[in-house]
Amino acid sequence: MDWQAFQVSIMLAVLTCLSLLPIGLALAYLLVKSNFMGRGIIEAIITLPLVLPPTVLGYFLLVGMDNDSFLGSMFVSLTGQSLAFSFAGLWFASIIYSLPFAVQPMMRSLEKIEPEIREAAWCSGLSKWRTFFKIELPLAWPGIITAMVLCFSHTLGEFGVVLMIGGNIAGETRTLSIAIYDSVLAFEYQQAQSMSLILLAIALVTISVVYSFNRTRVPRF
Amino acid sequence: MLKVTLQQSTPIELDVEFSCESGETLALVGPSGAGKSTVLRCIAGLSLAAQGQVLCKGETWFDSEASINKTPQQRRVGMVFQNYALFPHLTVADNIKLALDKRIPESQYTIDKLLDQVNLTGLEQRYPAQLSGGQQQRVALARALARQPQVLLLDEPFSAVDKVTRRKLYLELNSLRRHLDMPVILVTHDLDEAAMLSDSLCVIHHGQTLQHGSPEQVLYQPMNSAVARQVDVRNILKGRLKLHHGELMLEWHHYVFSVSQLTGFVEGQAVYFALSPAKILLHQRVRPSRGEQENPVTGIIRDRVTLRGITTVLFSVELAKGAILQMDLPEHVAMRNKLNIGEEIKVSLLSDAIHVMAE
Repeated sequence: MDWQAFQVSIMLAVLTCLSLLPIGLALAYLLVKSNFMGRGIIEAIITLPLVLPPTVLGYFLLVGMDNDSFLGSMFVSLTGQSLAFSFAGLWFASIIYSLPFAVQPMMRSLEKIEPEIREAAWCSGLSKWRTFFKIELPLAWPGIITAMVLCFSHTLGEFGVVLMIGGNIAGETRTLSIAIYDSVLAFEYQQAQSMSLILLAIALVTISVVYSFNRTRVPRF
Repeated sequence: MLKVTLQQSTPIELDVEFSCESGETLALVGPSGAGKSTVLRCIAGLSLAAQGQVLCKGETWFDSEASINKTPQQRRVGMVFQNYALFPHLTVADNIKLALDKRIPESQYTIDKLLDQVNLTGLEQRYPAQLSGGQQQRVALARALARQPQVLLLDEPFSAVDKVTRRKLYLELNSLRRHLDMPVILVTHDLDEAAMLSDSLCVIHHGQTLQHGSPEQVLYQPMNSAVARQVDVRNILKGRLKLHHGELMLEWHHYVFSVSQLTGFVEGQAVYFALSPAKILLHQRVRPSRGEQENPVTGIIRDRVTLRGITTVLFSVELAKGAILQMDLPEHVAMRNKLNIGEEIKVSLLSDAIHVMAE
């Protein structure tokens, strides 16, 4: 059992979730509330990682993170490190890769809030920010929880993108799913099995949490 | 006092003007799609009209010329939405608490007081989904009042409850509005509701104010045939004014009627006139009475319907190309006079009961 890989995986999943909470909410809110021309294109771009083969996405991200590229060179000048094959690069890639899993459920739950509810809040004297925190956020909560759980398990299980841009550096970019692949290649089935069981258990627990959470909220509303 | 003037051509045509005194209830009536709700939304600041003014208690909330358009938060309105729009994740108490304005120092309102006012004491900890339609409406009303609004706006507040509850809520609102010292604007498509709950009626059709007046005025003396149709006046007929022996009279096919109120009309003018179905006098077969000389008309009974003790008799007038008139009678009168389909009847159109209108 590769505990170091386990630690990298958990760390990556938690950080990705925490970053996607504000990013996803801001994007979802913007897409639901506004009706600008390029809305469809932005939605398509956000959803793209869902349908793109992870290796293709990984390839473009790798090229984008190259030290000669805009993003890569900026990162180098800021930190003195290269973005590709680093934990930071992996973190950035995971945010892009899991974006649709965050934005979609958040959008659906924000869309479900009737416009009159929002207007009733305004007529009750609540500012737009207070309306967001007191009314919209609590009402969209089930969708936000779903988004977070999906992002967490999705990041935990990502393989293609990690392999493309992270490589296999122990303690830095070797995640649990890479470690499983390694173990299988080295015919260490016992180790692969225990790590796979851990991922299976985490997936099962998180999904059950989402379902039971959504079920207990239903009768209240 | 609330003063509203609104004009726009899109997306919904609007050309309305009305005012409402503090403590007065004004009902905006008209068919669905007439623009009533849009007017209410413009007062609340939820919609923006192209032109006009909304003035409330000396404050300008909206003035297209001066480019003033205050947000709903700045306007201090209390609004009850058609589907109540309660916050589903909050208890009754929290729904109201959120609307209580702590910045108003003289605020006399507390959650208990508001709940007591709308007869909801004891339900503080319930969620909206655990309440009946009538209870939800009361919460919405309490929430709207919590902000000590300068105007109370009610958008079809009874459309989402059943008939029995509605009747109960009518009585409650009727007694509540007497204690309110702000203008109350009620939007409804139900005329009876409007007449029962308001001090004045404003008929809106295709975004235009057709008539503004007391319920009696609008319902029984509609200004023109368009208003008459909107307020569901039965027996709207077309006639012409003629001079007979020096007196202006109403000519309708072969009949000539005397009419008590004809000021402002001229000879030869084509007019519409309405006959209140309750004010057509039936000539009793067994016992003739005095009023029978007044505008007598003969007809043949075509149909009769009885609802809650009132019998509506439909009869055709042969001398008027078979025009159908409606007459309302107490059920026992219809029974005693044996008014059966196919029989001939004689009635009088009392000159007081003929309301002549411009086209």
